[in-house]
Amino acid sequence: MAATAESVMKPDFGSSRKHFIFTDEHEALRESITNFAIKELAPHAEEWEETTFPDSVFHRMGELGFLGLDKPESYGGQGGDYFSAMVLAEAITNANCGGLAMGIAVQTDMAMPPILAFGTEEQKQEWVVPAIAGTKILCLGITEPDAGSDVKGIKTRAVRDGEDYVINGSKTYITNGHRADVIVLVTKTEVGGTDSGYDGFSLFLVPMDAPGVIREQKLRKMGMHASDTALLAFQDVRVPASAMLGEEGKGFYHIMWELQGERMIGAAGCVAGAQKCFEHTLAYAKEREAFGKAIGHFQVIRHKFAEMATKLESARQLNYVTAWRFANGEYPVREISMAKLHAARVACEVADECIQIHGGAGYMKEYNVERVWRDMRLNRIGAGTDEIMLEVIGRSYGL
Amino acid sequence: MSNPNPPFTDEHEELRASIRGFIDRELAPHAQSWEDERWFPDEVFGKLAAQGLLGLKYPESYGGQGGDYLHEAVLVEELARTGSGGTAAGIGAHINIATPPIWKFGTEEQKQRYLVPAIRGEKIGALGITEPGAGSDVAALRTRATPVDGGFLLNGEKTYITNGVRAHFIVTAVKTKETTPPARHHDISFLIVDRGEGVTSAKLEKLGWHASDTATISFEDVFVPAENLLGTEHEGFKQIMANFQWERLAMALGAVGAMGLAWERTAAFARERQAFGRPLSGHQAIRHKLADLATSAYTCRCVTYDALRRFVAGEEPLKEVTMAKLLTQRASFELMDACLQIHGGAGYMREVWVERAARDSRLGPIGGGSDEIMREILGRVLAL
Repeated sequence: MAATAESVMKPDFGSSRKHFIFTDEHEALRESITNFAIKELAPHAEEWEETTFPDSVFHRMGELGFLGLDKPESYGGQGGDYFSAMVLAEAITNANCGGLAMGIAVQTDMAMPPILAFGTEEQKQEWVVPAIAGTKILCLGITEPDAGSDVKGIKTRAVRDGEDYVINGSKTYITNGHRADVIVLVTKTEVGGTDSGYDGFSLFLVPMDAPGVIREQKLRKMGMHASDTALLAFQDVRVPASAMLGEEGKGFYHIMWELQGERMIGAAGCVAGAQKCFEHTLAYAKEREAFGKAIGHFQVIRHKFAEMATKLESARQLNYVTAWRFANGEYPVREISMAKLHAARVACEVADECIQIHGGAGYMKEYNVERVWRDMRLNRIGAGTDEIMLEVIGRSYGL
Repeated sequence: MSNPNPPFTDEHEELRASIRGFIDRELAPHAQSWEDERWFPDEVFGKLAAQGLLGLKYPESYGGQGGDYLHEAVLVEELARTGSGGTAAGIGAHINIATPPIWKFGTEEQKQRYLVPAIRGEKIGALGITEPGAGSDVAALRTRATPVDGGFLLNGEKTYITNGVRAHFIVTAVKTKETTPPARHHDISFLIVDRGEGVTSAKLEKLGWHASDTATISFEDVFVPAENLLGTEHEGFKQIMANFQWERLAMALGAVGAMGLAWERTAAFARERQAFGRPLSGHQAIRHKLADLATSAYTCRCVTYDALRRFVAGEEPLKEVTMAKLLTQRASFELMDACLQIHGGAGYMREVWVERAARDSRLGPIGGGSDEIMREILGRVLAL
């Protein structure tokens, strides 16, 4: 029994708040990634906002084993559970570099899982093994200039030609698009103009050095400046049939599966990133004085922090229970959509409130809060907009 | 969903199904008439007791079921299905706030006199803390117990007391010490006050919770025997605080239950109700509103269950419980208001459950520690 006659509740502010999904091993991993991010990444964050982060980050993280935490040991991974991937998504935010976190997540939790799940042994050896080692970089191509949320509306087409496929089309907003060695590409493969509906799509692993793959200009963005974001064109790109990833005609379903992991990891990153911004702002509010006392001691500001902490906690709990289901082999599309929606909104709200608490300083580049605000804004759009999440959730109830 | 959300297990889900059946059969059908009568009958306690539901967490030696807070949590969440906030509140006051202090701090003799009949549904309890001049600021209470031969003489007034008219005994917080300056926090004691001479109750009209007999109770020279002092004299403040965490968790659980039910009913309505040639739910704005509400309800569930898990594990999670209380009470009111909106004109009518649910849920951000108090506590957790 939790409460006895002797036990009177006393606040234990300092106690460990480890969630039940995490073990001591996860916490040790968290510490090691955090140390790495603080020592080797964060000092360059500002510079990388101008230049994008270097490929050497992949090499170094591969060396440290951070790119295959939850991937099988037989491919060079660490063989850990799904929660170790959550730890990476959370701890990497200590780099203070949203664009970098995104570039890494594309490698580990967006492009790699479909190859592992649907790929042939040769494909895994060719791409997953070096990707885990950090010697090859992956990207994922879904969105097109004329098809974003409406994945079914994509136009990039792969047409069978003898033993090969010939691919034509374009993809945009592709993270790692300039640096990648290979792209997991979503294409239409239906023949003869027949509409096969959701069964008319296939995935391909297209080497980025194949003739006809054109990397257009780097796209300039509101935030996530450390990441390279590409517009890509595919002009008569010829790949062998063996480059097809997964089952022909099942590409739409494969990519919908992929999006679940992407959203879950994105939600974890949102909460961790916003939590860092919160803590940074909390420290500021305890220092900064106005009207004779630290601004954090004004009731209105104190209550803002209480609200933010509660929102963050709510998003974190939703994430963890959902990750727990996902790791247990459930396919909780509804809950993942909820977690992604909620985490992205909370992150944006927290970042905005943190700017407000900083006042004029918050609007200045120097304090980094404006960067978090700009970076976070992507999360309500990327990996499925808020509106798509609501649509998925609504439909899940038969509405 | 294939697994119940932790910390609940299949065993709890079985209990949930049986409690739900009981409530749907025995309580929910009467909700409207009890609301109209501004009173639910005392026999409700007897019915609950017959099912063993008034002592889920209490030891079998006192007639309880020998379960724990998780079993109680199932009941508290399911009570929302009565559809009458006031009825759930009356039952909740008895099991969640009036009897726990006796169980935790009472002598064996007090447990035999009060806890045992309370579990049997024969004696109904209330908790008396709030006063006309002291709400959130508990330390400011003024009801005074003056030591007299063989006990105390009690004078003062308590208000907003759930079960305040029907209660056979009131676990009452009183000042037992006069010092200058006031010893705040070390001058309060708990007395178990039997209804009798000098104890008068006046029922209060309210925005919601109509089936509850919320009352102001006056004590005029009420003699309370020394053996009715609960726990250590002058240390009542700590004892009050001791149960706040469970009270707030219970409120969060109640909100989680109420939100789930309201959402299901509203979604069913939206699928049925036709407008502009299709069901309401076929309109994207309504579909997204419902998706938003489902997300909010599920988020509240996750937060509350995590705080509950920590509480049951003995972590004393002040921060998590406070957050759960703050988040769920406001979210519940917002959800009820949105459900009312989706019902349109019908939602404004007494006949439709949602009008009552919206009024009932408005108490959440006030009772058991207001939102503002929750934010103050959290501010302190953050060392602000």
